[in-house]
Amino acid sequence: MNSDGINDAPKMSWWNRLAHPGQFLIWTRPLVWPLVALTAALFAIGLWFAFFNSPADYQMGDTVRIMYVHVPTAWLSQFVYGTMAVSALGTLVWRHPMADVSMKAAAPLGAVFTALALFTGSMWGRPTWGTFWEWDGRMTSTLILLFLYLGLVALWRAFDDQLRAARVIAIFTLVGAVNVPIIKFSVDWWSTLHQPASVFTAEGPKMPGSLLTPLFVMFFAFTFLFITLQLVSMHTEVRRRRVMTLERKLARGDAA
Amino acid sequence: MSGFLAVLRRDLRLALSGGGEMLTLVLFFIIVGAITPFAVGPDRALLARIAPGVIWIAAFLAMLLGLDRLLRPDRDDGTLALYRRADAPLAAVLFAKVIAHWLTSALPLILAAPFLALILGMDMEAFWRTLLSLLLGTPALAAFGTFGAAITVAVRRGGLLAPILIAPLCVPVLIFGVGAIAPLGGPDQASAALLLLAALSLMATALSPFAAALAIDWGEE
Amino acid sequence: MIDLGQHAQFITAAYAGVFLGLFALIGWIVVESRRVKARLAELGDKRG
Repeated sequence: MNSDGINDAPKMSWWNRLAHPGQFLIWTRPLVWPLVALTAALFAIGLWFAFFNSPADYQMGDTVRIMYVHVPTAWLSQFVYGTMAVSALGTLVWRHPMADVSMKAAAPLGAVFTALALFTGSMWGRPTWGTFWEWDGRMTSTLILLFLYLGLVALWRAFDDQLRAARVIAIFTLVGAVNVPIIKFSVDWWSTLHQPASVFTAEGPKMPGSLLTPLFVMFFAFTFLFITLQLVSMHTEVRRRRVMTLERKLARGDAA
Repeated sequence: MSGFLAVLRRDLRLALSGGGEMLTLVLFFIIVGAITPFAVGPDRALLARIAPGVIWIAAFLAMLLGLDRLLRPDRDDGTLALYRRADAPLAAVLFAKVIAHWLTSALPLILAAPFLALILGMDMEAFWRTLLSLLLGTPALAAFGTFGAAITVAVRRGGLLAPILIAPLCVPVLIFGVGAIAPLGGPDQASAALLLLAALSLMATALSPFAAALAIDWGEE
Repeated sequence: MIDLGQHAQFITAAYAGVFLGLFALIGWIVVESRRVKARLAELGDKRG
């Protein structure tokens, strides 16, 4: 006979534990400071490599150093949208309460990283192509992605009821995710028609290892920065909802 | 099916009797097109070259302008709540809305497009291609527009929000729409653009009613 | 600091812009977090 039936009683799985906002706060709060330390260390190492321990590229010269901030921000501009799309699925399919919060926290972060990717791209473009802005496929679709992020931020701010907002915005996020590849394809099609492809087709010359190390470290530094900021924003958002509930309760108490 | 037809008939009747809103839209479309020469100068060659883009931008703006009027009146007078409880699925109602939106705000523009083509000095061939590309591309704009209106219908101050949200999604429509008129890469590319435009319109019209219905359902409860 | 070559201004501008942007973002998130925490304490919530 099964004698330890009591021990088999359904325990809260980690999934359910994370679904409860209060439990989420308790379980993930210890992660914040280690993440901050890790991010800071990665940035310190990455910047040291980027400026003191990597040669200039034989073709791009020292402007290759801009790549160490450009590539990670460009990667994050897409990764953050991926995070939002997965969170949107979490909201729609599992109605996971933390997915709402994650979606809301990620939108402004994504907007900032995308804007920085565009900025560093144009800083690289001026010495390399001779112009701050070039209507090439990648820059143009990044710009459209920025508009999507800003639209999402505006949408979050327009709603009063955050629970209702989450479901509507989740749908828009997913429709956006479906459309992003179409937009990318159309913009590529368009930009190859408008200019001879000879100007800059390559992603850049093959990079030797000495250039890859700083890129690699900075890549992780930025990714961990995003994870840290995302976590802190989610904590703030959970607390903000608590504040809103308490204020509502207080207002009702005063009225009675 | 009867519910679908009833919604379609109701919206068309409202649009036809609704104080000349369609006329305003056409006027806006023509004025945007007619104001371009003042901005870029009366150079006929230049105007003929940018005419496809001008016509598409005018159509794009005109169709985004009316989005706030698409679902908000229905929500304010309670019709939308009735639609949600109706026997016909909400997606079917919204499909009717997409078609009504296209008939009342895209078709008049297409009928007015020849006038713009004339004053912008397009040649006959480009003119026919413009009509064809507008005919194939505007359903996608109507579908995306209905989706945007559904997303923002629950927001009190959502006036300008829908156009801002929808504009990035409409970029491929503009690209292929203009690409089908002005064949930058030769006639092959133009027909490719036309096919892609048609595919985009089909997909958008088929899928957006479902997405819009979901948005309304979950935004209203 | 090493010699950044002829395009030093663009490289410095890129890094300065990125770190300005990131610090603004971090600052905003920290300030917002503090503000909400303070408000929560004010309302007498003990869960932190």
